[in-house]
Amino acid sequence: MVTKNRSVYRAVLLILVLICSMVVPVMAAEPIRIGAFVSATGPASFLGDPELKTLEMYVEKINAQGGVIGRPLRLIHYDDGGNANEARNFANRLLRSDRVDLIIGGSTTGTTMAAVPLVERAGRPMISMAGALVITEPVRPWVFKTPQSDRMAAERVLADMQSRGITGIGLISGTDGFGRSGREQTLAVAADFGIQVLADQTYGPQDTDMTAQLTRIRNTPGVEAVFNFGFGQGPAIVTRNYAHLGIELPFYQSHGVASDRFLDLAGSAAEGVRLPASALLVPDALPDDDPQKQVVQDYKAAYEARWNMPVSTFGGYAYDALMLAVAAIEAAGTSEPKAVRDALEQIQGHVGVTGTFNMSPDDHNGLAPESFRLLEVRDGQWVLVD
Amino acid sequence: MALRLPERVPGLPVLALVLLLLPLFLGNEFHLDIATQIALIAATVVGLNLLVGYGGQVSLGHAAFFGMGAYASAILTGTYGWTSIPALVCGALLVALLAWTLGRPILRLKGHYLSMATLGMGIIIAIVINNEGWLTGGPDGLAVEPLTVMGAELSIFDHYSLLGLEVSGALLWYGLAALLLLLAVWIAQNLVDSPIGRALRAVHGSEVAARVVGVDTSHYKLLIFVISAVYASVMGSFYAHYTGFITPQVASFEHSIELITMVVLGGMASTYGVILGAVLLMLLPQLLTDFQDYEMMMFGLILMLTMIFMPKGLLPTLSEAVRRLRPRPASAPASGQE
Amino acid sequence: MFAEFLQYLFSGVTIGATYAMVALGFTLVYNASHVINFAQGEFLMIGGMATVSLLAMGVPLPLAIAMAVALAAVLGVALHKLAIAPARKADVITLIIITIGASIFLRGLAQIIWGKEFHAMPSFSATESVNVMGAVMYTQSLWVLAVAGVLVLLLALFFTRTLMGKAILATSMNPGAARLMGIRTQFVLMLAFMLAAVLGAMAGIMVAPITLTAYDIGIMLGLKGFVAAAIGGMGSGVGAVVGGLLLGIAEAMTAGYISSDYKDAVAFLLILVILFFMPRGLFGARVAERV
Repeated sequence: MVTKNRSVYRAVLLILVLICSMVVPVMAAEPIRIGAFVSATGPASFLGDPELKTLEMYVEKINAQGGVIGRPLRLIHYDDGGNANEARNFANRLLRSDRVDLIIGGSTTGTTMAAVPLVERAGRPMISMAGALVITEPVRPWVFKTPQSDRMAAERVLADMQSRGITGIGLISGTDGFGRSGREQTLAVAADFGIQVLADQTYGPQDTDMTAQLTRIRNTPGVEAVFNFGFGQGPAIVTRNYAHLGIELPFYQSHGVASDRFLDLAGSAAEGVRLPASALLVPDALPDDDPQKQVVQDYKAAYEARWNMPVSTFGGYAYDALMLAVAAIEAAGTSEPKAVRDALEQIQGHVGVTGTFNMSPDDHNGLAPESFRLLEVRDGQWVLVD
Repeated sequence: MALRLPERVPGLPVLALVLLLLPLFLGNEFHLDIATQIALIAATVVGLNLLVGYGGQVSLGHAAFFGMGAYASAILTGTYGWTSIPALVCGALLVALLAWTLGRPILRLKGHYLSMATLGMGIIIAIVINNEGWLTGGPDGLAVEPLTVMGAELSIFDHYSLLGLEVSGALLWYGLAALLLLLAVWIAQNLVDSPIGRALRAVHGSEVAARVVGVDTSHYKLLIFVISAVYASVMGSFYAHYTGFITPQVASFEHSIELITMVVLGGMASTYGVILGAVLLMLLPQLLTDFQDYEMMMFGLILMLTMIFMPKGLLPTLSEAVRRLRPRPASAPASGQE
Repeated sequence: MFAEFLQYLFSGVTIGATYAMVALGFTLVYNASHVINFAQGEFLMIGGMATVSLLAMGVPLPLAIAMAVALAAVLGVALHKLAIAPARKADVITLIIITIGASIFLRGLAQIIWGKEFHAMPSFSATESVNVMGAVMYTQSLWVLAVAGVLVLLLALFFTRTLMGKAILATSMNPGAARLMGIRTQFVLMLAFMLAAVLGAMAGIMVAPITLTAYDIGIMLGLKGFVAAAIGGMGSGVGAVVGGLLLGIAEAMTAGYISSDYKDAVAFLLILVILFFMPRGLFGARVAERV
């Protein structure tokens, strides 16, 4: 019995200490509470992992430099594992339990859209890092996003095909949200560029071999180029299969593979692949007068020094989300949600890693199609084509 | 295997009391939200337990029934403008028909073929939901209309006046979910104590023996399979209306595994045990967030250790321990123990 | 036309041989204990990931493979000793949930040790592809097929020619009688888990140069392996091999000729068709049930 009592005392003491440790910092400068839900594990960890690493790193940095409007940032983050319902629950927890001032997330369109009704209702700004057009179109008062839409990516690729005189293509896409949405956008806008999609194949996100689909595309008459819309390891396997089958047609990927990891995985098979990507992959190739050059170089250097792994486009989305939030809070001079939302909408000429953001009440993304650069893989390196 | 309910206490009133008092202890709307979801999932699992605990059959595709109910409600109310209840009934009928079609030939066979059949069917349904984006919204999910009954809309975001009191929609939803759970338990217990339940227990004991004494085993197994599928479908419908947004994950194989894990973790054939299993498994992701990178490992470890040290499940093991602690000599015979 | 067919066949047979190895692992454990070991897919992952990380440390390929397989074998034994044996009196379904817990645990552990990224493994042979009658074949496919063939042969010899193998068979047929005959059934079960782990690891290593590898690759491959075992009629070795190959080929043919959207559904449709029309699977045992 004695030991039992002692453990009760210990537990009470521990709880008291915990309460004190939670109360004390509040008496100092009230931190600005930034909530984040990302897919750090699961099938979309390609996105969530670099995003979370970026957020953690820059919140530390900002706090070391004295915080924002004299207040430190406090990052509260959860991992939704790519599961939309978990994302919804974590968003709710951020809003109701953690009472955050602003939310960054989710990583995928599904996780973002699951949280949207709650965020709209609670009236907190949310900056998503997912690509699909539906997130910001139609515009929802409290929802913003940093990546270019998948439609822009499709248009960029189709425009390049058009300039090469290509009129018929084969499309291959993943059956995950990213691939599905990209496929729909490509099919919707292809005709605008005088291009016909002659073959339309898909692969599962966990598939290990796509030679069958590619063989079918190759044997479709009239196909002059192939476009793969997907993310994760799938496109790397597609690229390897493509080279293995010896298909010589021009091969395009989407921004879903815009990471040095893709070069490692696909190896020599990636030679000649073209894709739209943000400037992040080619920081040194940018002309010196490019406003993004400095931002991109700094982010890449900082990320790679801290985490000892190649930087990816997706981490850049998180960087932009955080910096947009900081800029808006600074402009508003407060963390009051309504004021921050209004300030976010007013942001003009904000140079980020993904592009230059010009927000407006009608545009909660604020990126122009030019923010996508067209890259090609040559000798195992990204080369800026356009 | 304990086939009889281990509780001697009147379980249903106790559960009702717990559900009634719970909101007083919940700190904020987030906790209420999780409690509502847990109640809906627990009701699903009570239905699944009928099949696993009493029918002795394993379903590895129950999430597909849940998902079909959810998508039927979402599509019929959203795209086709039906009201909630007809959509829910339509979904449940569809699921019942599917379960019957699948179960009839399979359950005539002895052995665990139902697990394979439900696995196959479940994944096919998940693939269809994922692929047919024009109908289901595809992998990015589908927004769902609020629950509408007789022209009245129940939204978690609104406030309602009930008997002169101002009540939030979230609290009303919690009340509805709690009622559904109580109803699910009540129906399940009546089934267990009915001739069907007795026949099923005989099947569970020894199927061959049950057949010899003239029990039409496959008929009862089929019936209980269809009932448990309908449980899942109905709860899926409510769940869709409640969360307001669904993705193909609700119908996925992983979700099926989660549901069956709740049953086994809580204690097969123990209605209150499986509710405890649902509570625990739904809360774990929220409780483990502090472990960050170690979350997945911790989850696996907890699951493994619980099953190793409490192979009968949480509640049966706990209630046995309580019984042993009592100084009185064993007055209750250890019924049903092998 | 024929070249096209051959192309689908190559791709189907390669992945099918992988499924077959995984399915054999399921079958071994199922026969010895009636447990469906959902951690089977994780041994694929461990084989592939351990080999990749050892290669990165500069360990030569044959040694890296041997060490990765040894690691998987140790983990297989540990899974039995630490998780299955202590709960041996529990229901089969409880044991299955334990293996699910173990698979989540192993995946979580791998994610901490090796990270979440995908990794590429170099092909075993210098030339990556060969041309056969207009179709292209990975040289790695030949490795997969050869290793799968040798392993199946070795297993067959083990079960028919050695005392230990016969002991496993006896245990699977009637554990009670086997125990009476002096067979240590728990030891047999441990051996089954170890062999299953080795099979899984070998499959994971052989196929990694084609498929890439990561901490969560075991989920899908494990599930497909299970489906292959089910098609073959849980518990039949020949069935597992035929089921695996059939599944691989059916997937590739569906993707090639019908619809890539629904190629994964074919595997599961196959399960339903077989259950409806030949419920014991293609090669299921025809035993009388004991009362």
